[in-house]
Amino acid sequence: MSGSPAALLEVRDIVIRFGGVTAVGGVSFDVGQHQICGLIGPNGAGKTSLFNCISGFYRPSEGQISLEGQQISDLPRHRMMGLGIGRTFQNLALFRSMTVRQNVLAGAHSQGRAGFLASALRLPSSTREAAAAEDQARALLALLDLEQFAEVPVAGLPFGWQKRVELARALISRPKLLLLDEPAGGLNHSEVDALADLFHDIRRTFQLSILLVEHHMNLVMRVSDKVVALNFGKKIADGTPDEVRATPEVISAYLGEQAHAA
Amino acid sequence: MPSETTLVEVSRRPALGIDPRILWGIGLALLIAPLFMAESYRLFQLTLAGIYAIAILGLNIITGYNGQISLGHGAFYAVGAYVAAIMMDKLGLPYWTTLPSAAVICGLVGYGIGFPALRLGGLYLALTTFSLAVAVPQILKYKGIEDWTGGVQGVLVFKPDPPFGLPISADQYLYLLTVVLALGVFLLVRNLMASRIGRAIMAIRDHGLAAEAMGMDAAKLKTSTFAVSAGITGLAGALSAIAIEFVSPDSFQVSLSITLFVGMVVGGVASIIGPVFGGLFVVFVPNLAEEVSKAAPGVIYGIILIVFLFVLPGGVAGLLRRLATWLKRQS
Repeated sequence: MSGSPAALLEVRDIVIRFGGVTAVGGVSFDVGQHQICGLIGPNGAGKTSLFNCISGFYRPSEGQISLEGQQISDLPRHRMMGLGIGRTFQNLALFRSMTVRQNVLAGAHSQGRAGFLASALRLPSSTREAAAAEDQARALLALLDLEQFAEVPVAGLPFGWQKRVELARALISRPKLLLLDEPAGGLNHSEVDALADLFHDIRRTFQLSILLVEHHMNLVMRVSDKVVALNFGKKIADGTPDEVRATPEVISAYLGEQAHAA
Repeated sequence: MPSETTLVEVSRRPALGIDPRILWGIGLALLIAPLFMAESYRLFQLTLAGIYAIAILGLNIITGYNGQISLGHGAFYAVGAYVAAIMMDKLGLPYWTTLPSAAVICGLVGYGIGFPALRLGGLYLALTTFSLAVAVPQILKYKGIEDWTGGVQGVLVFKPDPPFGLPISADQYLYLLTVVLALGVFLLVRNLMASRIGRAIMAIRDHGLAAEAMGMDAAKLKTSTFAVSAGITGLAGALSAIAIEFVSPDSFQVSLSITLFVGMVVGGVASIIGPVFGGLFVVFVPNLAEEVSKAAPGVIYGIILIVFLFVLPGGVAGLLRRLATWLKRQS
């Protein structure tokens, strides 16, 4: 499926510079429809910079990113969700004063149209919209086993559950592409094991593609259809997990030159 | 339709574990009782408290809910008051036309100021709005617009007579008008904060970047929120001009903005009902302080304020919230 003409996301020759430092030096890859793609690389390889570029948080210095053929790399970041790109954050970025339900509903913002006046007056259009969002939120809370926490302030939940709330918040707008920034970070062993199944479930239920940046190599290799490996801002491998695992550059990047030579 | 029933359940969830209709009944009785019981000066003070409650609610939207500190909402209160006074005295328009006009004009002024100021954010926004509060009283004295503003003298207006030949005094009517307007504004704001827009307003305060990732246009929403906030505070200002029958630059010094801020914190930051208590506090506690010590009411006021914040860190609304959880646990 990799590099197929039906690619959902196309990343072309992306260069990201911070001052004089080149974090990403010309990377291209595709994410296909309903594909799970893992983005890996040692610390400082440029994964996070590239990820932030795709999610609209950075602008690339050069190159283009397009979703279903539409150029997105010059759009403001609040447009991404509406275009079908949902994301989670590495170190949790929940709305801490709100309940779990409110957090998930906040994810549906881009689906709604009601403005200040319609909302204050509770015009039929706004209440209808709100009821539809409530329905979707309820379904997602059920899907992610979050029902019992719906009315709990999100800040009081254990870390692993907060990550689930972020996932629900990203999914409620029915994205075409889900960007996950280190989803396994800070989770314990059994929680990481459950993640792989969860991602497959999500792909099936929501018919979406997933791009994940992840350090946890077992998870990436188990869950991904395709893996892109970066080192020093360059792509060093792109293929199935088995292909990438066998690539000499990947082995040396992770284990060092000597291990590879030996 | 299951979704609608749940929505109703959520919005009418009984506070304090008591039937909401009983709470509404008690609330209405408390609002109507002063009409017949309070002497005219006390009634006037309650009217003023109601007006301050509306103004503080306006401030609470931008500062409490949206997290953008404004130390200059007295300026919008002043603009609203002058819009009302000029419309009534110079243009001879009826009092009720001034209320929506003041809200709209202050909303527009708020939008114009918020557009650049909110891009500063944080402490810089606090200082920008503060400088607005410092500048407005002097602008009102400016000779070039003296024909309209009356310069240092200000503008005198007259209380409206009760409509439809109602057998009540002008003071009673003003109290009633204030209560009805306040109820309307509080209801609208409650609806707004429970909606997608309200969630976005709070989301931007809690985590700006995540809010943008959720598709919220933070810059635009903050500016609109600032405009709505300024409009509501301006409406309160217009009402104050009608109730006090007089506007002058000296009525709108910097201390007014601080008073609104104090009312917001005392009542409860990011709370709908809190501003009611904030309004009562800023009207009645200075009086109380004066009764305790004629020589140093400021000291007494300061002490009461500190004790208040020490005992009730979440404001009155915080206390009510804790009471509600406690009662729920008991039942």
